[in-house]
Order: sequence, then C-alpha cells, then structure tokens
Amino acid sequence: MVNAPQSIPEIALEGVTKRFRKGAVALQDITLTVERGEFVTLLGPSGCGKSTLLKLVSGLSPVTAGKVSVNGMTPEDARSTMSFIFQDATLLPWRTVEQNVGLGMELEHTARSLRKERVHAMLQLVGLAEVRDRYPRQLSGGMKMRVSIARALASRPRILLLDEPFAALDEMTRDRMNEELLRHYTEQKWTVLFVTHSVAEAVFLSTRIVVLAAHPGRVAHEIAIDLPWTRNEATRESKAYEEQVTHASRILREVQQG
Amino acid sequence: MKKRWLVLNSVIVFNSLIVVWASIVAAARLPVYILPGPLPVAQALIARFPSLLDSTLITAEEAVAGLGASIVAGMAIAMVFAQWRGLRQLAYPYTILLQTVPILAIAPLIIEWVGTSIFSVMIVTFIICLAPIIANTTQGLISVEENMVHLFLMHKATPLQALLKLRLPHALPQFFTGIRIAAGISVIGAFTGELFAGSTRVGEGGLGYAMTYAKNQMETAYLFALVIAATVLGFSLFFLVMFFEWLALHNWHESSRPQAGD
Repeated sequence: MVNAPQSIPEIALEGVTKRFRKGAVALQDITLTVERGEFVTLLGPSGCGKSTLLKLVSGLSPVTAGKVSVNGMTPEDARSTMSFIFQDATLLPWRTVEQNVGLGMELEHTARSLRKERVHAMLQLVGLAEVRDRYPRQLSGGMKMRVSIARALASRPRILLLDEPFAALDEMTRDRMNEELLRHYTEQKWTVLFVTHSVAEAVFLSTRIVVLAAHPGRVAHEIAIDLPWTRNEATRESKAYEEQVTHASRILREVQQG
Repeated sequence: MKKRWLVLNSVIVFNSLIVVWASIVAAARLPVYILPGPLPVAQALIARFPSLLDSTLITAEEAVAGLGASIVAGMAIAMVFAQWRGLRQLAYPYTILLQTVPILAIAPLIIEWVGTSIFSVMIVTFIICLAPIIANTTQGLISVEENMVHLFLMHKATPLQALLKLRLPHALPQFFTGIRIAAGISVIGAFTGELFAGSTRVGEGGLGYAMTYAKNQMETAYLFALVIAATVLGFSLFFLVMFFEWLALHNWHESSRPQAGD
C-alpha cells in the first residue's frame, strides 16, 4: 500500500444511471466504491445490468448520468491499468495460443523482446506452455479461458474486470478455474470486479458481494465475505462457506421477489 | 476424405456423360455439323491444339487481369464501406446494381468507348467480377463480434490496428468466397467481352472470338473443343483460388472445404 493515496478508491461510481437508446433504464443511481485489493462480485438476476456496469467502468459504454472514476481518472484514461475478460474467450482464431496471449501487448506496442518474455511467463503461469503453437479451435473451453486470462494478465493490469468468464464451462472446470484465478489474485494483488449469477462462485471468490436488483438495476445489498485465505477445495467443504452461500442465496431470493 | 469422394464422383459422372453423348449421336445418326460425337471433338481438339491453346491463353489473360483488378478494387471499396457506415448505406445498393444490370447490354457500350482491344474485354470482366467481391468482403469486415472490438479498445487499438489485425483476417473466409464466385464468372465475362470485341489480331482471338468464327464456319467439332477449353479454364481458375484459400485458412478455419455458393 505504498503507492496510491488512500483517499482515492480504485473504482468509484457516483449516482450512475445508464439508460439505453430505446429508453429502458439499465442502471439507476448506482453509488459504489471498490478499494484497492478488493475482490468484489456483482451478483444478480439477469437483466439487473451487472454486465452493463462493467462496460461503464471500462468506458466501453458511456454513462447517461453520474460519474465513474478509476484511480481518480476517467475510465478511458485509466484503460492501461485495466484488463477485461469476457464471457466467451474472445480469442482470434487465426492466431496461435502464443500469438493470442501476446495480442494485448502487441497492440500497446510493447517491445518484442519483453513481449516474448512475458508471453512465456504467462503461458507457464496458466499451464499452457505445451500448447503454445495450437490454434483456438484445437483447445477445450477451459484452455481457451486460460489463454484469455493469460492475455489479460500479460498487460500487467492493476484492475481486472471479468464478465461471467466461467459461465460456459462445466462445473468441475469452473471450480478449478476459480481456484486458479484466486491464486493469481493473491499473488498479483489486483483489484477485481467480477460478474456472475452463481451464488456459490460469488461466495468462493469474493471479499465482498454486491447484490443487484433488476428493473431498474440498482444496488440492493452488500455482503462481506470473511472466509479465510487461502481458499481451496477445503473452503468449499467448510461450514462457514456453506452458511455464507445459504445467506447469500436467501438475500438474492428476497431481492428477486422484490 | 470427403474431397477424395468428390473427385471420384466427378470422374464417374464425367465418363457417364461421354458415354451417353456418344450413344445419342450413334443412335440418332446425327451429322457432325449438328452434333459431333466425342471422337470428332477429340480429333479437332488434337489437330488444332496450338490455335486452341492460343485462344485459351488470350481469354485466360483477360479473365485473370479483370479478376485481379476486381479483387484489388473490390477489397478497397469493401474497406471503405466497412469504415464508413453512412457511405455504405448510401452506396451499397449500387453494387447490387452492378450485379443485376445485364452485361450483354453493357459490353457493346464499353467497346464503343474504349475500342476493340483486349483492354475493353478486361473491363467487362472486371465489372462482372466486382459485385460478389465487394458484397462478401464487406459482410466479412463488418460481422466482427462486438466483444472482439471491445477487447481491441481495451488495449487502446487504433482503427488501423483494428482493421489490420481484426477485421481483415476475420473477413478472409468471406473474401475468398467472393473471389471464388468471381473466378467462376470471370471467364464468362472475358467471353462475353470477346463476342463483341473480337480481336485486333486476325485469327488470333480468344475463345469467344474463335467460337463465333467456328460457328460461322460450321466447324461444330471445333466449337465443342472450344467449349471444353472454356470449361477447363473456368475450373482451373476456380481451383487456383481454392488452393490459395486453403493455404490461407486451413490452419485455423473450421471449413477447409468450401461452402456451397454464396
């Protein structure tokens, strides 16, 4: 915590409203701050605007009213500190695994030698060094997601935005990917904003869950998750975890019933 | 595996057609100037091979030049269309017009303007090839997934980077589909042009010119030989394009084999 003055939150939304062109209100008066190093999960029913909120934080979509700031900057200016991981792996099918991992750095004009070095390190990190020369179509869903993560991490982000990244994976792969993500998180000390509709996943990953309600999307509840670190298979079998999942599920249900 | 079957099938169908053809001619005792059998056609093909080859090469030159120009221009127009949505909506209907206006009506006009040279034949070919390339390439360039575009934006990609590293490679399969269609009709274009333009070099015209000549001379067997040459030329261009397509796509694209039609 040497860098960044304590007073500036990593991500801050103040009275943010997002209305689509057709008039539907996706998000209504959202005020939310995420401190450095937090792992915040946005949880809510479909249509609550949780993905839209990520798009606002990344500046990919403009706010209708209110203000979003990232490290005190506009989202556009802060982009070099953020990486976005999408629901589908968004790999370029004509590039090999290695070339896909290097894409972000290539676009940012990172020097070739440094790029090569980091791609190598990232492939080791996510355990894909063996398949570096394969094309995306030759990979399983989990492997594709790992490539996507490696690509995001290669740019050395401080903030990670993840939009239901594991939704398309089977449950076992998803659990494993969750643990891998947390391993990277504890090593690299990012700030994470994670979107999911899985209560179990939200509880397992987060330091805090923000429950959103739909129509219009708004913050309905916040749940602090105080499960001990490091989290692993044992965490999933613990009583505390079970209680938190039950608790979060109940709140989500209440929110959904209005 | 499927490709091998396709080749075998084609060979069987081809041989059957020859047999049917020969039987019809034999059974009906048709004179050679009405419908020659396979044998007189083969004889004409061999006996006049040098002039046949000359004609084929002239038509090939026209077709390839017209096709090549349409690839360059079509791609450039498609990139402009992909970059400026307003312009695309304004100008796109006219590319459809290119496809629907009968080339038979346009060819004489072009020859009127440009003169009876190999150049005007190339222009006719160019016009007939342009539309499928523009249409397919544009579609490929603009059908990029939104998340991919967002990914590029997150890494501060410039529009040029997005074009070169995302849109163009993404459009490659459709680009080749366009070229494949264009390659097939390029010979028709060259042919049509020749029917009107003929040749400045007497007796040395392309296939279309030679065909008009053979028809007037009632050299029906040679006429058939010319038809065969035209078909072989069309196929060769088509397969040449397929080969390049395979080279460019076989590593990463799901369909190494061609999709049917457009």
